[in-house]
Amino acid sequence: MNPRRRRLVNRLMSTLSAVAAVATILPLLLIFAFLLYQGASAINIDFFTRLPKPVGEVGGGMANAIVGSIILVGLAAVLGVPLGVLTGVYLAESRDSRLPWTARFLADVLNGVPSIVIGLFVYALLVLPMRRFSALAGAAALAMIMLPIVARTSEEMVRLVPASLREAALALGLPQWKVVLRVVLPTARAGIVTGVMVALARVAGETAPLLFTAFGNRFWHQGMDQPIAALPLQIFAYAIAPYDDWHRQAWAGALVLIVLVFLVSLTARLATRRRVGAMR
Amino acid sequence: MTTATLPARAADFPRARAVLARGDRWFLRVLRGAALTLVAVVLGIFLEMSVSAWPAVRAFGVRFLTTSTWDPVAETFGAVPFLYGTLLSSLLALAVAVPLGIAAAIFLAELAPTWLRGPINFLTEMVAAVPSVVFGLWGIFVLAPLLRTWIQPALGSTLGFLPLFQGPPYGVGMLAAGIILAIMIVPYITAVSREVLLAVPNTQREAALAIGATRWETTRMAVLRYARPGLVGAVLLALGRALGETMAVTMVIGNRPEVAVSLFAPGYTMASVIANEFAEATSDLYLAALVEMGLLLFVVTVIVNGLARLLVWRVGGPVKQVRE
Repeated sequence: MNPRRRRLVNRLMSTLSAVAAVATILPLLLIFAFLLYQGASAINIDFFTRLPKPVGEVGGGMANAIVGSIILVGLAAVLGVPLGVLTGVYLAESRDSRLPWTARFLADVLNGVPSIVIGLFVYALLVLPMRRFSALAGAAALAMIMLPIVARTSEEMVRLVPASLREAALALGLPQWKVVLRVVLPTARAGIVTGVMVALARVAGETAPLLFTAFGNRFWHQGMDQPIAALPLQIFAYAIAPYDDWHRQAWAGALVLIVLVFLVSLTARLATRRRVGAMR
Repeated sequence: MTTATLPARAADFPRARAVLARGDRWFLRVLRGAALTLVAVVLGIFLEMSVSAWPAVRAFGVRFLTTSTWDPVAETFGAVPFLYGTLLSSLLALAVAVPLGIAAAIFLAELAPTWLRGPINFLTEMVAAVPSVVFGLWGIFVLAPLLRTWIQPALGSTLGFLPLFQGPPYGVGMLAAGIILAIMIVPYITAVSREVLLAVPNTQREAALAIGATRWETTRMAVLRYARPGLVGAVLLALGRALGETMAVTMVIGNRPEVAVSLFAPGYTMASVIANEFAEATSDLYLAALVEMGLLLFVVTVIVNGLARLLVWRVGGPVKQVRE
């Protein structure tokens, strides 16, 4: 083939791929610009401190939804993180024959299960027996979404711990379980924390699994066995309602949510970059 | 996990060794328990939903998949409009997202200058971190009006002879859902494809460059060909996401259970109908029909994801994890 043509094709494909990369991130910039434009004007002190006003009255805020989201995500972390980390350690350290492969495969499968399906499952598992929507059910649904993410990142991080460290500890006569708890996990801690934060950022924005578990609430938190408000639920309810003031608040809520999610993701990313660099 | 690496003289202290081994055995049990919980969750979802969906399966059998009347009052449930809406919106999204996502991955893994890779990669990961409900909000108030006033009239007047682009421009509808989904799944395709491309051994590239191939020719012949199963896996992973995506689609697709050829027409998806109707479903049969929809969604996404994982693992190995 003609070398000039080959060079031209090379140049063309490089440009096209660069354009594609830009097109991929363009929506992010557009969405963020719109959130700032629409949301910033709707954010005020009331938004963070007041309950929603009854339908038709202007004003009020989403304080209960912000608190509700924090409670839900916190409880989900309490339920999901220990289980996820232990599963991750198992996946990385076990010499069992079949279970590690199966569990790893199912973790990836569970990660791809639509979150609304997890909501259906938790509805049957907790909401029906308790006969009411509850914060606990919402948190359980979120924990199931966190579980595979935490497990897989923990596994990866535990695998990064050098074998020489383990051998040194074992040579001192430590039992395996102490080696894992005192040497391996502390070494992998930064990476595991990152995985947890990625998972938290993901579930903080989840709406679908909360629709018929946490259900939403227009008042403050009233106990773990009661329906609870959540920021994404509130944004959804306000976005599809026909009131301009609610739309305004939905934008404000979305801005708050996305800033929170980005801060968590950003911290997680910076933490790993430093740590992985130090470990090598 | 074995105790083979205990100190050499431990054999001289059988009691001490027994104590050590007991601790390790318990520890292993706890770890196994954690892993089994994860297995139990997946099996639990399947079993529980099968049981709850049974009344609908018994009442409608295969008609559930072949009829298109969805009438809660008459208790007649046919899922065709939802199956159609889910498939069409996902395929539409793939049609846009696959070329874009893979091209972006090629840029990030092969062609971009090194200093540019970090920032762009970071930004694509941030797109994946945007919550679905925020995409939906943007879809309702920015994308849909844009489609209604500019894009749909333009498409209608130029390509209106195709049945795909006929009918009144509502803004919300299948086209809006496809576009939102495409934006949402591109980062998954890019992230997974990039990992797959990076897992291709450098000897492949060196061999092609050594016989005088350009960068692009190297990528096309030595890298993409080698990475193909993994790239197919990346596309399947994204398809899994698109099939089950709920909030953003619910907010822009129009929620009307009809089978329409035109992309301008409103539609409905399986995930959306569950989201909209489950909390309000009154009769047992209605609930069972919605759960059956969820079960179908679960089975399809499990198959798609399982296949995708096996393909991605074939290139990179199971442990080279893709962060999401």
